[in-house]
Order: sequence, then C-alpha cells, then structure tokens
Amino acid sequence: MGDLVTMDDLTNDDIVAVLDDAERLVPVAKGEVLLPLLQGKVLANMFFENSTRTRMSFETAMKRLGGSVLNFSSIGTSVSKGETLFDTMQMIDGYADVAAIRHSRQGAAQYSADAVEIPVLNAGDGAGNHPTQTMLDLFTIRQAHGTLEGLNVVLVGDLRYGRTAHSLSHALVRFGASLTMVSPASLKMPVEIVSDLRSHGANVTETETLNDQIAEADVIYMTRIQKERFPDEEEYAKVAGIYKIEATDLVGAKKDMIVMHPLPRVDEISPSVDSTEYARYFQQAFNGVPTRMALLCKSLGVEVPKKVKK
Amino acid sequence: MTEMRRVTAIRNGTVVDHIPSGYAMQVIRILRIDMDRATPVSLVMNVPSDKLGRKDVLKIEDRELDQEDLDRLALIAPAASIAIIRNHAVAEKMKVELADDLVNITKCSFLNCITKNNREPLPQRMRVISRDPMEVRCYYCGRGQEIDEMIENII
Repeated sequence: MGDLVTMDDLTNDDIVAVLDDAERLVPVAKGEVLLPLLQGKVLANMFFENSTRTRMSFETAMKRLGGSVLNFSSIGTSVSKGETLFDTMQMIDGYADVAAIRHSRQGAAQYSADAVEIPVLNAGDGAGNHPTQTMLDLFTIRQAHGTLEGLNVVLVGDLRYGRTAHSLSHALVRFGASLTMVSPASLKMPVEIVSDLRSHGANVTETETLNDQIAEADVIYMTRIQKERFPDEEEYAKVAGIYKIEATDLVGAKKDMIVMHPLPRVDEISPSVDSTEYARYFQQAFNGVPTRMALLCKSLGVEVPKKVKK
Repeated sequence: MTEMRRVTAIRNGTVVDHIPSGYAMQVIRILRIDMDRATPVSLVMNVPSDKLGRKDVLKIEDRELDQEDLDRLALIAPAASIAIIRNHAVAEKMKVELADDLVNITKCSFLNCITKNNREPLPQRMRVISRDPMEVRCYYCGRGQEIDEMIENII
C-alpha cells in the first residue's frame, strides 16, 4: 500500500485483509498481549489541525506495537515561523519511518505523500478524506453485522464538509451498500462524490428528514455540524442542532441496528442513547487502535502473524 | 467563398479550426494571445460546420502553436484541428488531445485547496476524469472544475 490518501488506495481485498489483521490485533490494542512488531520504527504524528482521538489512537497503536512516536503540532514549531508544508515534510522524511498527517487544507495529504519517500497516512485533510477513520468505521460495522455487504446505511448531518462521511460512503458503495444521506440543503454531499457513488451503481437517496429513515437502517452514522468549517456564524446558526437522536426515537429500529459517530459529538446524540444496545460510538473510538495498528503494519510492510497468542 | 476564406489567408502562422461556436475569445485568452498585442489575429465566429453544427475559426499570424498550447487548447476545443501555415501553404497539421493529467495549465478554483498556498513549491495538477462530457478535478483536493473557472484560472 505505502501511502493511504483516499480509500482508492485500497482494494476491497486490501480492506478485508486489514480488517482481519485488526481483529487479530485487538488483544494487543488492549494491552493484553505484547507484540512488538514495529520495534525500532518511528511514527511522525503531523497534526497541523486539532485532533484528539485520531492523534492519540495513532500514538497508542504505534506504542502498543513497540514503536515510538514523534508528536508534531504546528504551534510553537517552524511552521509558525512560516515554513512550508513541503519543507516540514522533507525534514520528517529524515526523522521517521511513517507519517500520519492532518491538515486544514484539502489535498495536503496527497501533496505530502508526493513530497516524501516514507509512507504517508491521511489523518484528515480539510473537508476532503479521512480514510483511517473509514477503516475503523468499517471495522465497527463488520463487528456488529458480521459483514460489510449490502447494508442500509444512513449518513446524517454535515455531509458537505464531513470528511468521514465522504471517505466512508466511497468505501461502502464498493460493498454494495444502499446509502441514505440526511442533511440540510446547505450541507448536502458534494456533487462530485454523489456522482462517483452513483457511477459505482450505488443506490443513493438524499433527504432532509431523519425520522423516516430509522426503521430500515442497519447503521445510522451521525456527524457533527462542524462550526469551524463554516465561512460565517450566521450560516452555522441556521443548521446547528438540526438533527438530534434521543433513545425514544429508536423505538422501532431494527434489533441489530447500530448508531455510530466519529466524535466529538455536540448534541446530535443525546446521552440517553449511550445506555441503549444501539450505541456503538465509544467502541468505534477504541477500534481506531487495532485498525491503525493494522494500517501502520501494512504501510511499513510488516506482516501481522496469522495467530496472535494470548 | 469557403468558410475558411471569410478572412484573408495568412502567410505564416496557425489556423485553429473547429472551435466550438462562441468560444473563440476564450481560445484567445487560453493561448494568452490577448497579452501580446503585437500578434494579428483574424476571428470568424458562428459559421456553419458539418462536424459541429456551428464553429469558430481563428487565424493567428506569425505564431506557430506548440504542444503546450495544444494542451491548453484541449480544455475548451478538444475537437479543434490545427494547421501550421508557412509561406501560404499548410506545412503541418496537428490534432488536439486532452491529456489525462494537466500540469501547470490552470489553477484549482477551490479556496481551501493546498495549492492555494502560493509559497508551496508544488505544480498545479488536474486529472481528466472523463472527456465527454468533460470532467476535470484537482489532483490534490479532488474538487470538480467548471470550464469557465479553468479559463479564468489559466496560468
């Protein structure tokens, strides 16, 4: 694989193989088994934009596999002195074996991947892509449903700027999912993405109402309306808090339906949902660790043993 | 009178035929002829064409288009035929072909694209997704580019 910039960098077989690797790595991710597959390797966590779960789970993943981590933030480094992304990445090329990059500008991950020799994993570029999140989302979906094939997935919220929804929908249609996209008109999925999904033969429905979709859903994937991506406050105020799920809204949902969220949530999922059997978002956040372990191994060409002994 | 002879024949230069009707001015722009006020240009617009229904034709004196010009031209006139004229005779014929990758021809129109940082030493790259209908996206950010935007953002 080398670089992982968009989900196009992985075939369906690659996806399944990484998820299988991740599944075997769960006891390592929990710290129950010591497996120093990446001992002596260095991950550069290049976070030019804020991150909690992605940065920490990359760090945990690397450390649980015996590797070490360089944590970079654009504040207080040469970037604040005006260093270009190109120059910063050149430096990292000499310091690390693999880099995870998050940047507010779309396309920064592809640019970085082209600039350096070491593999680059896109940890979110503006409103573009977030493929490692997609892999942990797929892991969570497969864990719940036993398959990725032919599911009915409802994506809700900010589908215009929500990079997790972009990458996930690209991946799901390759496994025959039906997608229902629930968003206000101003936050609809970008036309090029919808056109790509339909050209893959996907069944895509776009709507503004959530409640009608709950009964048929296998997965409800909530996203936050991202204040930081709006050009002005007034536009944000018009759509903030537009979708909210309460536990009572889920009466009538399929028994094995799951509610996911890439987190952080604001108020799209009420805490009343947390204690229901549908809530899967905290499990999903943990799943970032084994999934990113498997991706780090793959990008560094390190094979995950077929049996991981407990 | 043939359609090609609506304006005077040129001694040396280039004839760009089969431009989609109404796009001659954009071709002038994309070839950066408008920046060079010394080049005589004859322009024929909206004349009947078997191939296109209606077409525009440009005759550019004392300038021979090169491959880079043709790569630019392909964005708006992918069916154009080019004749290089030397001493009143057609010395060479060329076809326009839209490449899969357009490097340093036009800038991405998306404000939050990494290429908008002028200090980054990276080329402007576009990927041609389909030719008919034409669909072009930024190689970096993936955003689709409208034809008018590409002409506006020509390098």
